[in-house]
Amino acid sequence: MSVRGRVQMQAESLSFIFLNAALVNNFVLAMFLGICPFLGVSAKKETAWNMGLAVIFVMLVSSLSAYGINWLLTRLDLEFLRLICYIAVIASAVQLVEMFIKKFSPGLFRSLGIFLPLITTNCAILGLALFQTAKKYDLIQSLVYALGAGVGFTLALMLMAGLRERLSLARVPDVSQGAALTLILAGLLSLAFMGFAGLGGSHG
Amino acid sequence: MLRTLGGIATISGLLVVLVYQVTLPIIAENQRVRTERAVFQVIPGAVSKRDFVLTDQGLEPAGGGAQGEILYAAYDSAGALKGVAFPGGAQGYSDVIRFLFGYDPACQCIVGIRVLKSTETPGLGDKIEKDPAFLANFQSLDASLNADGSGLANPIETVKHGTKTDPWQIDAISGATISSNATGRALNEAAQRMVPAVQRSLALLRSPPQP
Amino acid sequence: MAKLPNRQEALTLDTFVRGLWKENPVFVMLLGMCPTLAVTNSAVNAIAMGLATTFVLLGSGALVSLLRNWIPKQVRIASYIVIIATFVTMVDYGIQAISLDLYAALGAFIQLIVVNCIILGRAEAYASKQRLVPALVNALGMGMGFTLALLALGAVREILGNGTLFGVQLFAESFQPWVVMILPPGGFFVLGGWLLLFNWLKTRSERKVLERTGARANAG
Repeated sequence: MSVRGRVQMQAESLSFIFLNAALVNNFVLAMFLGICPFLGVSAKKETAWNMGLAVIFVMLVSSLSAYGINWLLTRLDLEFLRLICYIAVIASAVQLVEMFIKKFSPGLFRSLGIFLPLITTNCAILGLALFQTAKKYDLIQSLVYALGAGVGFTLALMLMAGLRERLSLARVPDVSQGAALTLILAGLLSLAFMGFAGLGGSHG
Repeated sequence: MLRTLGGIATISGLLVVLVYQVTLPIIAENQRVRTERAVFQVIPGAVSKRDFVLTDQGLEPAGGGAQGEILYAAYDSAGALKGVAFPGGAQGYSDVIRFLFGYDPACQCIVGIRVLKSTETPGLGDKIEKDPAFLANFQSLDASLNADGSGLANPIETVKHGTKTDPWQIDAISGATISSNATGRALNEAAQRMVPAVQRSLALLRSPPQP
Repeated sequence: MAKLPNRQEALTLDTFVRGLWKENPVFVMLLGMCPTLAVTNSAVNAIAMGLATTFVLLGSGALVSLLRNWIPKQVRIASYIVIIATFVTMVDYGIQAISLDLYAALGAFIQLIVVNCIILGRAEAYASKQRLVPALVNALGMGMGFTLALLALGAVREILGNGTLFGVQLFAESFQPWVVMILPPGGFFVLGGWLLLFNWLKTRSERKVLERTGARANAG
């Protein structure tokens, strides 16, 4: 149902937005965003950490750009172009980050390899832009949301990397090697994260 | 290269605008029907509705460029005001829950509730939509105004399951405390804002629409 | 203007069928994970998402194939993304016009179809190199494979987590639904389960082939 006009609610505090995005509604384990890199880059802790940092940076840039684009498109009454503009900006932001990393840290660039340009198709980035628009966050709220989402993503990635590094030394049935095992682990992590529900949200 | 990109942008733009224009009236109609269904559910006996907005100056008919929260006045077949439906929302267990509440100015009470959007846990939190005992709380929940008409005489609150003593209280669902509390908070918060304004503008709500 | 290599493929039944099993986007290529987990909490949602994605696959595959000789190599990814985003926007408004309830159930994941790696992957690997009809047939096969995979997950999650299938009650009142199945962890578990099954079937058939060739080698 489209309730035009704002539904007034208590304004969400910044700490709540951050905790919500990072833990309670973790982008990977609760919202199913960013699963492809989650499965692909979580084999080693170091790669996971680097990917996490790159994602946090791209999220902040995208969040800022999405806020600006949305403001402009709403002004011009061209909201149906929003999706196309968002994805174009995200692709450009990733391109910029790629060039930046290549210039200032070639080692990092090499270690991330193909996964850097793949951040463009990381649903977490676009999902972030779409959610912050839907929730009608202002600029500061959007940036905090992006930071929380990025930190949550990195956290999920690091937890999975830690688990997988341990398990690579253990005897596991052949059939479950690879993605199947990672998914079951992810399910357990997701189950654990459900315990965060209600964190930071106790007003009244 | 620029020619190609320009060409693609043009094709893309044309396709999107075409689909947008074609679907716009259909979507608007879908939304109108959906809103109506929700309003008629929370205000029993209503057959038609008119939209209003709550501005800083009070209630005004919607569509005249007025900006503010939207609410719906519902009328029976004779054109008499049956009640007012207004939206509310609060943070539940997993995300924000959106409600539509029905208010009857004659009895100064809440007469209906409908959950518009919720992602509460199925089997637990989503009981607020289905549990008959919980829903019965909202059949005539007291929402009378205080002496100077600035707010509710008694704030609506959710109390532990089985401890309801006053008509402005909501008996929570045991095992779904957070979702029940969210319902109460959403209703109280919205009612404190809406009910005084509605009571002040009864004449406007009852009068026939301006042509 | 750079021309892409034109290794044209003959149109065979395999062009369509490979998307269903051998190259199933979800179970074999492990693409499109996000919507697979997110919107499969019921069979209806799963099918709707599968069909929406198929539409985008067909539309973008057709346009990319038609324009393949005009899109320069350097900007091809950007072009594909814009084309895909166009069709996703169309599907977004289309679903709103069909059913607002369905739209609310699928949520942001309709718009997230644009970053579904399957579509960009197909455009880059296939549609940009093939003629229109093979591109369309392959896209249809991939789309159907994706829909079937989603349905497999959606059906299991709905039956176990809700006791229904397509909204129809399957069990008696006393059935206690395994609620976690329709929550996020359930998505991970069920997908992991299906992958286990797939892997097991694959290893078994590979072992059979090995035994057969081994036996033939010993006999011959």
